[in-house]
This record gives sequence, structure tokens and C-alpha cells, in this order.
Amino acid sequence: MAETHSLQDMRQQAAVAAKVFIQRDYTKGTVCQFQTKFPSELETRIDKQQFEETVQTLNNLYAEAEKLGSQSYVEGCLACLTAYTIFLCMETHYEKVLKKIAKYIQEQNDKIYAPRGLLLTDPIERGLRVIEVTIFEDRSLTR
Amino acid sequence: LKNNCEYQQIDPQALPTPTPAPPPHHGNDRDKREEPKRPRRKWQVFPGKNRFYCDGRIMVARQSGVLPLTLGLIVITSGLFFIFDCPFLVKHLTSCIPVIGGGLFVFVVITLLQTSLTDPGILPRATPDEAADIEKQIDNTGNASYRPPPRTKEVLINQQVVKLKYCFSCKMFRPPRTSHCSLCDNCVERFDHHCPWVGNCVGKRNYRFFYTFIVSLSFLTAFIFGCVTTHLALSTKNTPGSNMELVICFFSVWSILGLSGFHTYLVASNLTTNEDIKGSWSGKSGEGVTNPYSHKNIFINCCSVLCAPMPPSLIDRRGFLPTDESVQTAGAGIGLAAKSEINVVGGSSQPASGLQESPSPVPVPPHSHQNSSSV
Repeated sequence: MAETHSLQDMRQQAAVAAKVFIQRDYTKGTVCQFQTKFPSELETRIDKQQFEETVQTLNNLYAEAEKLGSQSYVEGCLACLTAYTIFLCMETHYEKVLKKIAKYIQEQNDKIYAPRGLLLTDPIERGLRVIEVTIFEDRSLTR
Repeated sequence: LKNNCEYQQIDPQALPTPTPAPPPHHGNDRDKREEPKRPRRKWQVFPGKNRFYCDGRIMVARQSGVLPLTLGLIVITSGLFFIFDCPFLVKHLTSCIPVIGGGLFVFVVITLLQTSLTDPGILPRATPDEAADIEKQIDNTGNASYRPPPRTKEVLINQQVVKLKYCFSCKMFRPPRTSHCSLCDNCVERFDHHCPWVGNCVGKRNYRFFYTFIVSLSFLTAFIFGCVTTHLALSTKNTPGSNMELVICFFSVWSILGLSGFHTYLVASNLTTNEDIKGSWSGKSGEGVTNPYSHKNIFINCCSVLCAPMPPSLIDRRGFLPTDESVQTAGAGIGLAAKSEINVVGGSSQPASGLQESPSPVPVPPHSHQNSSSV
């Protein structure tokens, strides 16, 4: 493996202290939404409002991905007429939004979470079940 | 003399041949260091009973059911139609007939293949960390030697109480409308049923393909039936091909039309076959029970089921597994747990390497709708 010095590699050198899982919120049905309740394990590491804002933005992005609007109806009907073969060639609306989400998470990790010793895992890597927050040992604490 | 020389020449550090040196340990160490760094793809360690082709691009269920029969029937009946009936009908009626028939046939075959070869909405199993976290949240009073009583969690969805069940195979609470198919050994989102005719589960991602398939098949069967009857009515000769088509179409048109009608009702009320058969929302289990997922409008229900944005496949079968090196650097227990989808595959009794070849002890009874849900 090449030495890339990326954020992920550096994090793998640090020891993982704990993992927190933000579960899905099913009150609105099967749409992908995550609970915005602030987990107690993160109280010492990050500001509650900051964290809730991140989760709320993710929720808004997922809602946008699954939105039923005139555009999705047109795409759906067109796809049906071509026996859905256009899905093989075209990138779907959902996939485009997933890319946006990946970029947003990367950005949040770089700017906000990595400096605090935290790492957000993109939910798509966990089957859209949880947002996994990895808490790394705080090296600044020396005993 | 020679013996003396040999004794002196023996290197004390060399392993004497008669003593059983531990070759497995040495072999493993060397293997780890010299291991070719060819990364494996995730489909190669997939825990469910699916088979993959074209390096993970195509997937089918473990048992293809009667998919070859379905495909064969469609191809043979259509073939007989084009060979025996089309020449006569083109001469006596119109040449549009083979064009319409051809178009319908292509549409049916494409949607059938899409239904069979697409990921129906399989949920990947929980990682060991997730499973441990969920276990912590459940008050586990039993010991590990017996299976504790089924765990459920209640959530409120659109003011309706819905019970979520814990899946012991996938080690997670199933999202609403998700069911575990025992034939495929996967949790499938918006599980409708496991269709042996198509050889795959029908779930969130391929329901629209399935629906289009049965509707277009109804049109095709009805069209061929109509043409064959016209042919036999207008012609004095009775070709054996036409007779066979008549028999096949007569028996299939009613069942397929019936199935299409049933699924049209399901789509309009945003129900799954699973829910309809179990009577989840029909009020059998209590009063005031309504379907919390329905938009209360037929048009919107149809659009949300058939025209919603296509959800992505969650199992990422062509993705690469993280290499073993990252496991070793990230620390002993926790690191292994974090990356151990390779090592601990779902915690079930299936070995990681022989997953696709594991013998299936369950014979598939030929029902048209299979409601396979395990604990």
C-alpha cells in the first residue's frame, strides 16, 4: 500500500477508543432519515449544535435524493418506455445526490471532525442503516 | 569416516527431519508477508445464498427456480407465433402484427432479465461493531447457549405503531417493510415475495421491473391468443404449432392477467404481497390499523412505487475489500472488528470461502408466491 498520508491512513494509525452509531429515524416512513438526537459519548468532543446541523443537512440531502417530483415522474415514465435499459447507461438522480453526500461528509470530516479526533463514515458504506462516528483516543491527554 | 564427517557437518540450527517442526506457523507467516496483493471484491465474500457472474456485475438467487422454464415458454410460444401465424396474418390482415408482437416480445424478455438479474434491495449485514452496539442497547438477560426470545422494537410511523423485528442472521433490527428471505438468506427491503418463475426475490429495487414484466406479458399472451384464434377462425388448416400456442396461451392468460390485476391493486394501495397475505394493515390484528406508507391517493401511490428515483444497490458487490495490512496496523481487537467483514462474515455458520457453493438443503416447492420469512 502506498503511503498516501491521507486522513484515513493517519486515522488508522491512531487507536479507536469507541464507536457511536446514529440509527435511522422511521417516524416519516421508509425514507432515509437519521435521528438527530445528540449521543452522550460525543459531549466532550463536539458542540451539540454543530453535530445536529451535520445530521440535519444529511437528512435534507437524502430527502432530496428520494423526492417525488415532476422530474422523477418524467424520468420514471421514460425509463419504463425503454424497458429500463437507460438505467444501464445513465447515472440516476439518486446516485448523483449520493456523490454530493460523499463530498459533503468528506468536507465535514476535514474541517470539523478530524481536528476533534472524530471520523464520520458515509452511511452508504453501512447499507444506509447507521451513521458511524469513530472516536479516536485523544492524544493530547497525557497521563 | 563418512559418518563422522556427516555428524560434524550437521548445522545445529537446521531443523532435524524426523522431529515434527511446526510448518503451518512458518508457512502462514511467510504466506502473509509474501501474499500477493490482489485485492478481492466484496461479492466473493458475500454471506447470502446468491451467485455472481461477470465479476459481480450480474447476480442471481441460489436456486434459479423455474426461470429457464419461464424463458423457454416465452421464447417457444413467441417463436411458434412468428413461424406459423404471422405469415398467414400478414397476408390476410396487416403487417403490423409481427411488429407489435416483436416489440412486445423484446419488452417482455428485457424486463424479465432485469427482474432476475438485479439486486432486489438486499441489506448488507451489520458489521460486528454495529451488532455489538445493538446488543448493548437490548437488555440481554439470557446466556449465550440458547437463543433469547425474539426481540422487537416499536416505532411510530405516521401515527401508526409498527413493530420492528430483530434479524438473527443479519444481526440488526429490520427496517420497516423489510423481510428476511430464507431461500436467499438475505434481508430484502420492501420485500414483496420470492418468485420462483423469475428466480429472484422481488423487492424495492426490482418491483417496477417485475410489474412491467407481468403487465407486458399479459399483453403479449393476450395478443398471441387473439392472433391465434383469428388465424384458426379464418383458416381451414390446423397447424400443430397454432394448436400448441392456443393451449399454452389459454392456460397462462388467465393466471397472468389475474396476477397483473392483483399487483395493480397492490401498487395503487402501496402494499406488498407480504403485507397483504399477512393482513398487516387490514385490521385483523386490531382496530384503526391503516397502512402508514400509503399516500392516500391512487395516483401518488402508483408514482411512488413505479416512478420513484431508482435506489442504489447497497451491497456494493464490485467494491474491493480492504487489504489485510490495514487490519494489522489499526490495533488488535478493535482494528480487526472494524475491518472484519472479511473475517467474520455475518456470524452465521457458512464458511467465507465456499459461500457460493454451499449446498442448499431446502427444496423449493413450486408455489407461485413464496412468502419466506424467518425469525
